[in-house]
Amino acid sequence: MARRSTPEVNAGSMADIAFLLLIFFLVTTTIEKDKGIARNLPPKVEQKEDINIKKKNLFEVLVNKDDQLLVEEAPMKLKDLRQAAIDFLDNGGFPSSDPGYCSYCKGKRDPNSSDNPEKAIISVKSDRLTSYKMYIAVQNELVGAYNFLRNRESQRLYGWKYTDMKKQLDEGAFKNTPVKEEKVKEKLKKIQEMFPLKLSEAETKKN
Amino acid sequence: MAKFTKKKGGELPAISTASLPDIVFMLLFFFMVVTVLRDSNLLVENTLPKADQVEKLRKDRSVFIFAGKPSDRYQKKYGTEAKIQIGDKYTDVSSLRSALTELRGKLRPELQDKVMVALKVDENTNTGVVSDIKEELRELNMLKIIYITTPGNQLDN
Repeated sequence: MARRSTPEVNAGSMADIAFLLLIFFLVTTTIEKDKGIARNLPPKVEQKEDINIKKKNLFEVLVNKDDQLLVEEAPMKLKDLRQAAIDFLDNGGFPSSDPGYCSYCKGKRDPNSSDNPEKAIISVKSDRLTSYKMYIAVQNELVGAYNFLRNRESQRLYGWKYTDMKKQLDEGAFKNTPVKEEKVKEKLKKIQEMFPLKLSEAETKKN
Repeated sequence: MAKFTKKKGGELPAISTASLPDIVFMLLFFFMVVTVLRDSNLLVENTLPKADQVEKLRKDRSVFIFAGKPSDRYQKKYGTEAKIQIGDKYTDVSSLRSALTELRGKLRPELQDKVMVALKVDENTNTGVVSDIKEELRELNMLKIIYITTPGNQLDN
């Protein structure tokens, strides 16, 4: 019998090799968690048409180069911005006889503030030297104001929060039930129409 | 009697480590699957601002633009003025367009017109740089942008 059985390979070091690889991947892993504030830029148009916007329907936010806020011609702290924006959007100044009357608004109905959420526009102007941190903080507060109002309305109409449902939709929670997905999309759209996101950004001031 | 005393003297049996490689392999495969090797080396400082009203980024349809001061080791060469980085190198505002078009070409064809531009900008940058980028994006008709932030709230600090 010349045939000899081949010697068995020692598998004892297998664990060590696997550990080595494991540690390498542990170190290089960055689990992606990118999140942010999404925004649509206005498309480029050739000629600028003048649109007449009543001053009371415009909520002006100015940020200067020292990161100070001027809201409706009065200085303001960042922490008060969200409530001020909510008050402005939710005002509903039209009288109930007007076709544009906002039936779901719960604001003060001040005739000198916005007519209805449809018409209310928030304009943000920032200086070129404003820090990006402040810029994002302002954007965040304003989006927060919209989300607050949208949540309130969806809570009232459908019993769930707008932001929660939007998150679920984005994560693909309804992928297997297309009918439900369509329904949810429709409802979200309705809420969006109640408080349309009208954030205008003037080109930053040149120095 | 000797029969019984013999057994009593026994030590604790060693725990078998035979399944250790299997466990380790399982972990290994997990990390191999979730790992994304960093495809771009950061050349700029990148501390993102905080925000809490956020949406999730859809990675399959996004291109990244970084901006901020050059990192410490490049400051001698490039100064401390904020710079824009795309891919692995610094880009000028003027050459932003070609760089972005190239990046968009790398996406899956069916997603190319749904492209979303993810802006990763350092919190200490001036807004001017960002508005320059946005101006270029409007020229390119890439209108969907997302400001990448970290969780938290600016009001807390």
